[in-house]
Amino acid sequence: MKLKIKNNNTCDNFFTQKTDIITENLNLYYGNFHALKDVNCNIKEKMVTSMIGPSGCGKSTLLKTFNRMNDLVEGCKISGKVVIGGKDIYANGIDVSLLRKNVGMVFQKPNPFPMSIYDNVAYAPRTFGIRKKGELDYIVQKSLVKAAMWDEVKDRLNRGALTLSGGQQQRLCIARALAAEPKILLMDEPTSALDPISTAKIEELCLELKENYTIVIVTHNMQQAGRISDYTAFFLLGELVEFNTTDNIFESPEDERTENYISGRFG
Amino acid sequence: MYRLKYEAELKKLKLSLLTLCAEVSAQIENSITSLISCDIALARETASRDDIIDNMELDIEKQCHKILLRENPVAKDFREVFAALKMITDLERIADQAEDIANIVIGFGEERCAVKNFENLLKMSKIALEMVSGSVNAFIKQDIKLADKIAQTDDELDFLFLKLKEDLIQRIKKNSEYAEDIIGIIMIAKYLERIGDHAVNICEWTKYFEGGLKELK
Repeated sequence: MKLKIKNNNTCDNFFTQKTDIITENLNLYYGNFHALKDVNCNIKEKMVTSMIGPSGCGKSTLLKTFNRMNDLVEGCKISGKVVIGGKDIYANGIDVSLLRKNVGMVFQKPNPFPMSIYDNVAYAPRTFGIRKKGELDYIVQKSLVKAAMWDEVKDRLNRGALTLSGGQQQRLCIARALAAEPKILLMDEPTSALDPISTAKIEELCLELKENYTIVIVTHNMQQAGRISDYTAFFLLGELVEFNTTDNIFESPEDERTENYISGRFG
Repeated sequence: MYRLKYEAELKKLKLSLLTLCAEVSAQIENSITSLISCDIALARETASRDDIIDNMELDIEKQCHKILLRENPVAKDFREVFAALKMITDLERIADQAEDIANIVIGFGEERCAVKNFENLLKMSKIALEMVSGSVNAFIKQDIKLADKIAQTDDELDFLFLKLKEDLIQRIKKNSEYAEDIIGIIMIAKYLERIGDHAVNICEWTKYFEGGLKELK
């Protein structure tokens, strides 16, 4: 069953090509601060790409450009291109709601809505016009199964989401994002507030989800980047210093700054 | 600079590895010298030093284990620890073979030590010695070109081994009186040939240390 949207668009035809994320000479300013400097990268479809770098290097800023979350920041100016699935997402006439539906996001701190587990997951489908209980039940179950927490919560779907543990709340947020049937999942330090077991569950989930989704994850945990990502991008002071396969980055990085950062010699 | 303790541990590992390299080079040099000059006292001393090498290998293993377990090395640091773990196995085997050669020399005794009659064995000894010291030098200098050059000389060692083996078969066929000594000689030759292989491995790990897995392709 495909999610139907009020204006008769479906999520499948929003992107016309493979959901690679390509940036071309991307520059971003917050007022006078040059946060991203000529970033050129090609994030491949159905792969996990990690973004690493010291705090303030621009990795979260870049992540937010992929679903235009920076539009909400006052004084934010962008030049260059971000092309996803063949579509320039900063071109005139882009439906930003539809973009964000297709490019889901999970944040550092679990942020479930203060409502039931069921209503959290059903929130996006309801927003896009689905009202029938049968359809909603199906989407909620499917999303919770994908987020590897259906068995844990199937008997208490009406309980408040805030009663869940931190790790469960984060997986609920992933389920909530998946319920919108995105093509791309952006994760901004999704496990930094979680214990090792919850972290392992989210990491396992990333590896399962990449069969169907393009995943971009910002992380400060080098071992996590090494464990779960196919590609790794290293940022420093707004510049993309190195982008390569994770094996290459962690075995033989080309740039000395990458080597010094991943081996903990600065940052 | 962060991670000063880690830096100190990596530095200590490298120093330990260089010390082991020097010790193994001396062992192979002494065993071959004892063979060529029929120096039984030197052969005995060489054989007795193998325990020292074994303990050094164990110490380096422990250092690598600790670094891998606690420091999560990546990039060049990881390659250094990984190469060290691989190289010490080859270095320890070279030392074992130096001990084996020394024991055969001891078994020959001064009177029966007729190595000088086997020109190809002398040539093999010289090449094996050069390969060990060359491979260790390539590692110390981190010189990939030297490592490549040293690795290539292994073909010559293999060729000489086959020639020597053929020669020894003919000698046994002609006169079996010295068969026991000839078996000793062929064993030494085989040890030398294996030492060459281990030296090639050291060259390979030197290349890996410098450039990663792509250097091994």
